[in-house]
Amino acid sequence: MTLAQEKPPTPELNFECETGNYHTFCPISCVAWLYQKIEDSFFLVIGTKTCGYFLQNAMGVMIFAEPRYAMAELEEADISAQLNDYNELKRLCDQIKRDRNPSVIVWIGTCTTEIIKMDLEGIAPKLEAELGIPIVVARANGLDYAFTQGEDTVLASMANRCPKESEVKQEAEKTERNAIQKLLNFGKKAEDSNHNEEYHKHPPLVLFGSLPDPVVTNLTLELKKQGVKIDGWLPAKRYTELPVIDEGYYVAGVNPFLSRTATTLMRRRKCKLIGAPFPIGPDGTRAWIEKICSVVGVEPQGLAEREAQIWENLQDYVDLIKGKSVFFMGDNLLEISLARFLIRCGMTVDEIGIPYMDKRYQKAELDFLAQTCQEMGVSVPTIVEKPDNYNQLQRIKEIKPDLVITGMAHANPLEARGINTKWSVEFTFAQIHGFTNARDILELVTRPLRRNNNLKDLGWSKLVKEEAKI
Amino acid sequence: MKLAYWMYAGPAHIGTLRIASSFKNVHAIMHAPLGDDYFNVMRSMLERERDFTPVTASIVDRNVLARGSQEKVVDNIVRKDQEENPDLIVLTPTCTSSILQEDLENFVARAQIDSKGDVLLADVNHYRVNELQAADRTLEQIVQYYLRKAEKKGDLVTEKTVNPSVNIIGISTLGFHNHHDCRELKKLMADLGIEINLIIPDNASVHDLKKLPQAWFNLIPYRELGLMTGNYLAQEFGMPTVDITPMGVVETARCIRKIQEVINAQGANVNYEDFIEYQTLHVSEAAWFSRSIDCQNLTGKKAVVFGDNTHAAAMTKILTREMGIHVVLAGTYCKYDADWFRKEVSEYCDQILISEDNGEIGDAIAKLEPSAIFGTQMERHVGKRLDIPCGVIAAPIHIQNFPIGYKPFLGYEGTNQITDLIYNSFTLGMEDHLLEIFGGHDTKEVITKGISADSELNWNREAQGELNKIPGFVRGKVKRNTEKFARERGFNEITLEVMYAAKEAVGA
Repeated sequence: MTLAQEKPPTPELNFECETGNYHTFCPISCVAWLYQKIEDSFFLVIGTKTCGYFLQNAMGVMIFAEPRYAMAELEEADISAQLNDYNELKRLCDQIKRDRNPSVIVWIGTCTTEIIKMDLEGIAPKLEAELGIPIVVARANGLDYAFTQGEDTVLASMANRCPKESEVKQEAEKTERNAIQKLLNFGKKAEDSNHNEEYHKHPPLVLFGSLPDPVVTNLTLELKKQGVKIDGWLPAKRYTELPVIDEGYYVAGVNPFLSRTATTLMRRRKCKLIGAPFPIGPDGTRAWIEKICSVVGVEPQGLAEREAQIWENLQDYVDLIKGKSVFFMGDNLLEISLARFLIRCGMTVDEIGIPYMDKRYQKAELDFLAQTCQEMGVSVPTIVEKPDNYNQLQRIKEIKPDLVITGMAHANPLEARGINTKWSVEFTFAQIHGFTNARDILELVTRPLRRNNNLKDLGWSKLVKEEAKI
Repeated sequence: MKLAYWMYAGPAHIGTLRIASSFKNVHAIMHAPLGDDYFNVMRSMLERERDFTPVTASIVDRNVLARGSQEKVVDNIVRKDQEENPDLIVLTPTCTSSILQEDLENFVARAQIDSKGDVLLADVNHYRVNELQAADRTLEQIVQYYLRKAEKKGDLVTEKTVNPSVNIIGISTLGFHNHHDCRELKKLMADLGIEINLIIPDNASVHDLKKLPQAWFNLIPYRELGLMTGNYLAQEFGMPTVDITPMGVVETARCIRKIQEVINAQGANVNYEDFIEYQTLHVSEAAWFSRSIDCQNLTGKKAVVFGDNTHAAAMTKILTREMGIHVVLAGTYCKYDADWFRKEVSEYCDQILISEDNGEIGDAIAKLEPSAIFGTQMERHVGKRLDIPCGVIAAPIHIQNFPIGYKPFLGYEGTNQITDLIYNSFTLGMEDHLLEIFGGHDTKEVITKGISADSELNWNREAQGELNKIPGFVRGKVKRNTEKFARERGFNEITLEVMYAAKEAVGA
């Protein structure tokens, strides 16, 4: 394990694990954003009607007719093993190849494939050879993972498919892959060599985490300003452009839910993980860049000024939330980073619920949280892993936080009881990373407060008749 | 395995949960992995529910799998019993947990020992039935359970009410315009002088179910939900069933006449003919609309209808019988009840399509090129791509099916709503003519930018100008047909001459 640098000790954080009944979206949700991110992909979710109806309804995404993802709906004969899994998957993948001809088919295993022990990893290589299309298998099931961790399972599998340097060189000599690649990259390679003087010399650096393209560009440019060159992103815009990853490469994550991908890159691909806070909020972005710079041996320039300037732009929103309290029910694993940023904005955090806490992968972020609490003079919040939603609602009723960040199931009932809410999923889908997007986070956070400011004279805060039991 | 891009009916547990959470003070425990509990999201978001959805997921994870889930499920049932004192807790697995082959009956029996409320396992096969069938079955199961219980205790109420009374069966949460329909049915019953005995499952208490048999008859407005319960009540207590959906002027009248027959047979003496005539001619605007000059322009227009059995059948009848619109295809996704659908619509349409495959319906629509579609959200989407207007008449439900304003599909107000829907779906009446006369108000060259990009055919300036004069709603079709014609004849450029020739040849 190569956690690149240790931080100085900070106040103790309180962890609890309620192992309760909590609600998050199913990890297969990742399909909704990954298929858009990886433009030449096809995602096949191998599961039941329950899975399909979820994607269609709760995520509301299946309405796009002929999207690049579909369900392989398991029927009774599949469950009772009367049908041969290999033949069935072959039939479906043949059709997908005929209809869409993707560069990669990603099989998303579900709870059901886990329980019936369908050997997806065993079938994939055989079918891949037969079909001539790479098949990546990810077990994004709700037995082991929560919501955003689905992306983690996919990226961890894809990490194994990233080419090594030797493979790329060999191939470049043999085939025209490189030429095509150059074409697809719009001559990026050439440009790179021209502008090499803009970069410091440092070992290759690959970032992992799926972000919308503008954010990718944004973070790439922030690092470029420091003379740090990003050699690739996992995932890339196209499967055929997966970054080269080799022993000794530095890797850094942009999202807190990618611990499995981090582990895979370290153990299987022998990369060195840069353990940094995540680039969420101006504080987090600065810490993230500083950490990367320090690890690759670059002296960061002008970061303090850049951060200060961003904070200045945020001032009107910060004034709105300063001194207010926020409660995270826990949903998408972005909770720690968001809490840290909001504490820095002057809020207090009552509780951070989180479905899963990897204390090693999130170590730098946790330390940063503790440090931020110390510097802002607030007590450290309790972090509740696998919270019990019912108990949380009792606590919310008691402490009446100014804002609850929660999944979609609880938002309307809480609002009806006069408690401001913000959907946690919005932070999953909005562009929140980097300096520039910090304002978007506060745009979301302050929206219920601003809305209520507009409505406050109407006296409509309680919209349930009796004090419900919750 | 089935390659699926879209589903018309949800999985079984959704049906069970719709029933359980419709009742008052009933809680459901889902025995399911993380993420399967999106029912709570659907109900909270779509219905804009102010209360917390009375459904708790007892999470199955790796640990639970390894240790067996009995303890956890039983604990969660007992805990919920203490926390909220529900009258009934319904346990349901999902597709996933149902394959664990656990003895859930035994879980329930164990939990019952420590629970004050009743505990029931929803008896549904998650791989053989869909949401609609499961909802139907769960409602029957709960009704049966409480009637038997009452029978045992001896407090079953079988004596009929003094005045004619009705049970309305099948109004449920997350149903297509159910709440508005319910309000309209209540009003209709009041107009007919019929007392409402019970409405189930919506907002009903399970303790009241023992009063079901005292009603004079059961009204089952939707074919998908309530028939099993109706049949059970007919068999067990000899209660007559009225299962004619009062949708559209003609069917509403038929439903009312059936009610008259049923209650007169039990000693009432009512004659609703005057009421029907008054409502039809003077209250509902639908009958007048079909005689009005606007509706003349609908004559012979082609429409495709697709939806669940109830709504697709009713809509087909309304379009043909009440509006004179030509239904070229009527279809349903209720495959399990296909015979009924065929019987109902076969005399009112050219073709019948019974399918759960959205691609098949989409292809049929593309081929038939109707002037309008009446379907589900999926057909609306297909319509958007083909530039054919679509009115949504059936589930799967969508946020748009929970309008704030009053929009029933049933009863006489329902006939007005449907008329509006049909009217707004076609571009018609004077607007049609004005568009033709003045060359349309759409002066942007949308069409060239959109569809021509992948076409090698050139429209010369005159032809393009002419095309732009064609009203927007048929322009796409004219363009496609003209281009098809030109390709077949090998023309590279579309001139006015080609356009007119195409028009003559294919009636574009």
